[in-house]
Amino acid sequence: MINVTGIVYFSSVSENTRRFVDRLELPAQRIPLRPKDPALTVTTPYVLFVPTYGGGNGRGAVPKQVIRFLNDEANRSLIRGVVAAGNTNFGSAYCIAGDIVARKCQVPHLYNFELLGTAEDVHRVREGLGQFWLQR
Amino acid sequence: MSEKLKLVSRVTAINWNRIQDDKDLEVWDRLTGNFWLPEKVPLSNDIQSWHTLTADEQLMTTRVFTGLTMLDTIQGTVGAVSLIPDAVTPHEEAVYTNIAFMESVHAKSYSSIFSTLISTGEIDDAFRWSEENENLQRKADIVLNYYRGDDPEKRKVASTMLESFLFYSGFYAPMYWSSRAKLTNTADLIRLIIRDEAVHGYYIGYKFQKALEKASPERRQELKDYTFELLFELYENEEQYTEDLYDPLGLTEDVKAFLRYNANKALMNLGYEGLFPKDQTAVNPAILSALSPNADENHDFFSGSGSSYVIGKAVNTEDEDWEF
Repeated sequence: MINVTGIVYFSSVSENTRRFVDRLELPAQRIPLRPKDPALTVTTPYVLFVPTYGGGNGRGAVPKQVIRFLNDEANRSLIRGVVAAGNTNFGSAYCIAGDIVARKCQVPHLYNFELLGTAEDVHRVREGLGQFWLQR
Repeated sequence: MSEKLKLVSRVTAINWNRIQDDKDLEVWDRLTGNFWLPEKVPLSNDIQSWHTLTADEQLMTTRVFTGLTMLDTIQGTVGAVSLIPDAVTPHEEAVYTNIAFMESVHAKSYSSIFSTLISTGEIDDAFRWSEENENLQRKADIVLNYYRGDDPEKRKVASTMLESFLFYSGFYAPMYWSSRAKLTNTADLIRLIIRDEAVHGYYIGYKFQKALEKASPERRQELKDYTFELLFELYENEEQYTEDLYDPLGLTEDVKAFLRYNANKALMNLGYEGLFPKDQTAVNPAILSALSPNADENHDFFSGSGSSYVIGKAVNTEDEDWEF
């Protein structure tokens, strides 16, 4: 069994992204919501799941908590890919947090899903992540 | 008809330096950051394009916009306002006043489109149609009935359905024109409305879910059953309304896929999984890309076909907080 430590995610109190990650039934660690919570430091490679914030002008698209997490060089060195959540109603800003993180960290932007994601999305991401880790 | 006006029973001065629910401030900031007015959109650039549409196409488009005007009027004047007395925090009340005002901006923006593109007589005819169309009136009645009712959570469900589902039979038309490079400025304006409605649906749905957290299992089941019943009732009516509008142009089935796709999103905003399966929600790719240029299948790295798509494309947005 390969160690697919695999997932680090952020989810606001709306819990949309958490619910998607829960349905994957894969080990996952959550980036803390509040500044006073102890910071998350990871020690094994992971794929980041990030919701897109903001409204269309793109500013503030990546949640502050995620930026803080990635500012830690140890965390940053272990990111292998990014999956983004969003809503097509935001037009060209749809899932833009995934584009931003992929470019900043030079990793592939693997997949986008809307809101809680569909059963199909869960299936594709589960399968896709399995393949992705095998090929690495 | 005299109804007793329900108001918040006790008002305390709102203190934005003490926030009970961070989501209130986050959404307030998002909504105020997204503020816009129709006067900023150069609608008159669409006049030439408008005259390339056939009479049937113009009629459909005009009727679509009166229908949307109706929904925005309901939401601005009754819907968002009816949520205020149920608010749990003073900041939630303030967010609803913002939503209510913005819905009135949306309603007014359709009048800007009308006055730019069509004559006063045609405008009057279109509004008369909206008064006489049974399916549009029924849609309004169903929602208004819940706004007047005595269940705060059912009001939120009805409101989320309106924000995240009922608008889309109308929003289809400007996305359709945009995909054919027509009425592109009008489409830009509608995209601003679509963006606002997403935040509204998300927020009201979130507040519904917060209320559910404290509810008994029986009450949760009641609200879930109610939500799906309401969705079916509204969906059936939307199908008929869609036929009224789009049958003459042969677009009805395409619109219905878009309806089901958005019905699923409305459910998700309320915390439920989507109801319609993938094969019934396959939105025409041209419509989806008019809505969001990023929504194409190439964003599936796992499929293999998207393997050329690796590192995110250039994005001209920066936050100062990045330290690398």
